Amino acid sequence: MLTFKNLYSRIIKNRQATVGVAIILLYIIIAVFAPIIAGVSDTRDPYIAKQHSFSPVPEKPSSKAIFGTTQNQYDIFYSMIWGTRLAFKISVFVVMISLVIGVILGWLSGYYGGWVDDVIMRITDIVLSIPSLILAIVIASILGPGIDKIIAAIAFVSWPSYARLFRSEILKIKSMDFITYSKLAGASSWWIFKKHLIPNSIYSVIVIAALDISNIVLMASSLSFLGLGSPQGYSDWGEVISMSRNWIISSFSNPAAYWHIVVIPSAFMFFFVLAFNMVGDSFRDIFDPNR
Amino acid sequence: MKKFITRRLFLIPLTFIGITLILFAIINILPPETLATSYATSDKELTKTEINEIVKKYGLDKPVIERYFKWLANTFKGDMGYSQVAKLPTTKAIINFLPATIELTLFSVIPIFFIGNILGLISAVRKDSITDKIIRFFASLFYSMPSFVIGIFLLLIFYGVLGIFEPQRYSIDTDMLILNGSFVKYTNFMIIDSVLNLNLTVFMDTLKHLFLPATAIFLGTSASFIKITRTSTLEELNKDYVRTLRAKGLEEKYIINKHIRKNILIPQLTIGGLQLIRLLSGVVIIETIFDWPGIGSWGVKCAGQLDISGVMGFAIVVSVLFLIGNLLIDILYAVVDPRIRYD
Repeated sequence: MLTFKNLYSRIIKNRQATVGVAIILLYIIIAVFAPIIAGVSDTRDPYIAKQHSFSPVPEKPSSKAIFGTTQNQYDIFYSMIWGTRLAFKISVFVVMISLVIGVILGWLSGYYGGWVDDVIMRITDIVLSIPSLILAIVIASILGPGIDKIIAAIAFVSWPSYARLFRSEILKIKSMDFITYSKLAGASSWWIFKKHLIPNSIYSVIVIAALDISNIVLMASSLSFLGLGSPQGYSDWGEVISMSRNWIISSFSNPAAYWHIVVIPSAFMFFFVLAFNMVGDSFRDIFDPNR
Repeated sequence: MKKFITRRLFLIPLTFIGITLILFAIINILPPETLATSYATSDKELTKTEINEIVKKYGLDKPVIERYFKWLANTFKGDMGYSQVAKLPTTKAIINFLPATIELTLFSVIPIFFIGNILGLISAVRKDSITDKIIRFFASLFYSMPSFVIGIFLLLIFYGVLGIFEPQRYSIDTDMLILNGSFVKYTNFMIIDSVLNLNLTVFMDTLKHLFLPATAIFLGTSASFIKITRTSTLEELNKDYVRTLRAKGLEEKYIINKHIRKNILIPQLTIGGLQLIRLLSGVVIIETIFDWPGIGSWGVKCAGQLDISGVMGFAIVVSVLFLIGNLLIDILYAVVDPRIRYD
C-alpha cells in the first residue's frame, strides 16, 4: 500500500523526481517569503502589482526594476514573486474544494451504489464531456473577474475526476473482509468511512491532486491571459504575458525591445510546469513498476 | 462493430442534452434583466421597457426547467439568440466562424498524425542517438509549455522580429479582393474557396497565414503523441515476433512499416483521445493570440463582454466538436483493434 513514508524513500532514489521536487520547493519558498523578497506594495491587497508610474510604454530591466516593467509600469519582478504566491493560493483552494466535493460524491456513489451511483456518475460524465477550459471560460464570464471567481470556476471543472478516482478506490476496498466485519460489528457507515475507507484510499487521491496543481495553475493563467481571470493590475503570470501581446502586434514599435515581458513570465511558468511534469512522470513509474 | 457504432451514435443526443442542461443551469445564475440582452435582435442598446417586454415574452422570470425546454426547442429551430459581439444572430455567427476553426484544427491535427508519427518512429529506431536526444528534448520542452506561451513566442519571433508571417486569416490584399467582389466566399473555408475561385495568390496567402497558428497548436499538442509513439515502438521492437521477423531476414524498414506501425496504433489512439481537450483549448487560445476569426476568439470576446447567447453558442459548438472527436476515436478503435468487443 502507498503511504507517505515509502513514497519519500522512493522519491529520494529517483533523480528526476528529486530535481522536480527541489524546483517545486524553491517555488514554495518564493511563495512563502514573497513579502520579504519583493516587499508589499499595497497593504490592503498585496497581490496588486507595484506600479512605478503611469507611463504606457514598457521599460527594460534596470536597477530600479530588475525584470523591467510592463505597460502602465507594473513591476515584473514584483508580479512574478507575488504571482507565484497567487498561483499556490489559487491551486491550494481549488484542490481543497474539489477534493472535498470529489471525495464525498465519490464515497456516496461508490459505497451506496444503485441510483445514487447512477445519478452522480452521469453528472460527472456530462461535466467531463465539456472541455474543462471552455466550461471554466463560461463560468468565469458569468461570475466576472476576481481571484475567488477563478477558484470557483476551476473547482467546478476539477471535482469530477476526483470523484471518479475516489469512487474506484472505494469500490476496490468496499468488498474486502474487514469492511464486512465492521458492518457485522454494527459500525455506522460514517464510522467505516472515517476509520477504514479514508485511511485506505486517500493517499493516491491526494498524490494525484498534488500533481494536478500545475494543471490548475495553467488553467488559471490561461483564464487571466484571456482577460477572464484576475482583475487588472494583479500579480499574475498569465496577465503579464497578455500585456506583451499589444507590443508585439503594434507595427509602430520594435517588438524585440520588449522581449522581457514575454520571456520572464514564460520562464517562471515553464519551470513550474516542468517541475510538476518531472515529478508526475517519475510517480507514474513508482506507481506502475512494470513500465 | 455496426451495433457498437449505432449505440455510440445513440448516446450523442443524450450527452448533448446533458451538456446544454449544465450550461443552461450555469447561465441562469444571472438575473433575468441581464439574460434579456441575449434575446435582443439588433445591437442597439435596450431600453428598460424593452427589457421588461423580453422578460415577459420569453418568460425569463419563470422557473428554470420551464425556460430550459423553451430554450432547447428554440435552439433546435436554429434560434439561439443574438450575439452582441458578432452583431449577428448567434446561429449565423457560428456558421460564419466555424469554417475558420475547422480549417485551423485540421491543419494542426493532420501534421500531428504524420510528422508526429515519423518523429516518434525515428526517435525509437535511433534510440540514444543525437537525433533521438534532440527530438526528446524538444518534445519535453513543448510539453511543459502552455499553449499561449508557445503562441506568443512564435508571434514575437516570426512576426515581431523576422516579419515573415503575420496574424489573422488573410492579408489586406485578399481582404480587398473580397470587398470588391472579385473573390467569392462560397464555403468560408479559404482553402476550398481559393480553389473554387482558381486564385493561386489567395491560396498561397491562406497557407501562409495558417502556418504560424497551426505550428503553435502542433508544437503544443504533438509532444505526448511523439512520446507515446517512441515508447510503444520500443516496446514492440523487444517482442518475440520482431525477433522472428528479423531471423527470417526481413529488413528493419519492412518490419516497421508492415508490423510495428499497425501495432502502435492503439496506444496512439488512446493518447490522441486524451489530447483532444488539450487540442481544443489550444485552438481557443491560439485563435485569440493570432486574431484568427474563428469560434474560439469569438467565444473569448463574448465571455469578456458578457454576451450570453454568444458564450452559450461557443460552449455548445466546442463541446459538440469534442463529442465528434471522441466518437471518431472510438470508431477508429473499433476499426483498428478487432479484439475489442463492445457488447
